[in-house]
Amino acid sequence: MDMQVSFLDRLFEAGLLIETGVDGLYGRSGQFEDVIAAFERLIDRTGGPDGAEAIRFPPGMNRAYFEASGYMKSFPQLAGTIHSFCGCELDHVSLLKCMEDGQDWTKGQEATDIVLTPAACYPLYPTIAKRGAVKAGGQLYDLQSYCFRHEPSKDPARQQLFRMREYVFMGPQDQVMAFRQRWMDRGTEMMRSVGLDVHIDVANDPFFGRAGRLLVNNQRDQNLKFELLIPITSVEKPTACMSFNYHQDQFGLKWGLHFESGEPVHTACVGFGLERIALALFHTHGLDVAEWPDDVRRVLWG
Amino acid sequence: MNEKIRELLAKLGNLPTPVETLADDADLYTAGLSSFASVQLMLGIEDAFDVEFPDHLLNRKSFQSIAAIENTVQQILAARKVA
Repeated sequence: MDMQVSFLDRLFEAGLLIETGVDGLYGRSGQFEDVIAAFERLIDRTGGPDGAEAIRFPPGMNRAYFEASGYMKSFPQLAGTIHSFCGCELDHVSLLKCMEDGQDWTKGQEATDIVLTPAACYPLYPTIAKRGAVKAGGQLYDLQSYCFRHEPSKDPARQQLFRMREYVFMGPQDQVMAFRQRWMDRGTEMMRSVGLDVHIDVANDPFFGRAGRLLVNNQRDQNLKFELLIPITSVEKPTACMSFNYHQDQFGLKWGLHFESGEPVHTACVGFGLERIALALFHTHGLDVAEWPDDVRRVLWG
Repeated sequence: MNEKIRELLAKLGNLPTPVETLADDADLYTAGLSSFASVQLMLGIEDAFDVEFPDHLLNRKSFQSIAAIENTVQQILAARKVA
């Protein structure tokens, strides 16, 4: 924990991250953003030739899609919903009185149709399902969004609002598996090209509760999730900066994503944790970008 | 016990095939048991037999077939007797 706090303090002192008073919710400096932009250009150069369709959703998604996704079954502790005041003038008076008295004014807030996006690809599946059958050779998408996860922490690599860049492939099983493997190789190569020490390991999602233990074991037994790990605030517990997820035909069945024949598609997504990658770069090469090794600077800025 | 497990599987397993057509050693995942249905089934079994699955038995193998479930529950009950 001390390593995490001290790295966070150094980031604040250097002005790279800006404190807001809430753990895990930070402003970013122009320099921090420039590193993320440079790394995203590296992603573009690597993945661009694949010809993915780029789609950008805002960081909120349709609550009905969120409910259908089953997110609350697995990760209720991480979800963030958007609530608003929907009362009349009289209710407004009570609300202000409540705030003035220092009482809980949020009780009367009502759920809107928007939920904060938990992963960049969540709004994609229902959107593509509405377009009709998936091409026999599969379809590839490029996404990026701020995502929300309710897990306040002093670890700068565990933020509550952060950006995730993703490629999602939906198609026949063998091609989906090949897509995931290709990005595991590419991810490792990309990180090495910017001087980051990485390894890839089997992983699991943070499923909720004791019943979630069964889902964790299932996921690991079947090698459904891998993570690319980089030491940031701990060498023993390195930070996941990319994840490689194979969903089998679960999303195909859930969202009605199918080929012309009616058979469900298999899907996989590959995600880059952009803030985590930037933090890994700052941690490894120092807080002053001008001092970074020349070969790293060349890869990022040409 | 076999009958009770089959009853719970029919109720919670959400399988496309009728449970009575499944042999005791039929693979339930091949028969369409999803991860979430296996969680529901696990909770149902814990409730019905008044047992708690220890961490090392919370895995795919424990729910692979009706016989595997029966075997797992027997193991938990036997361990309880010893304790």
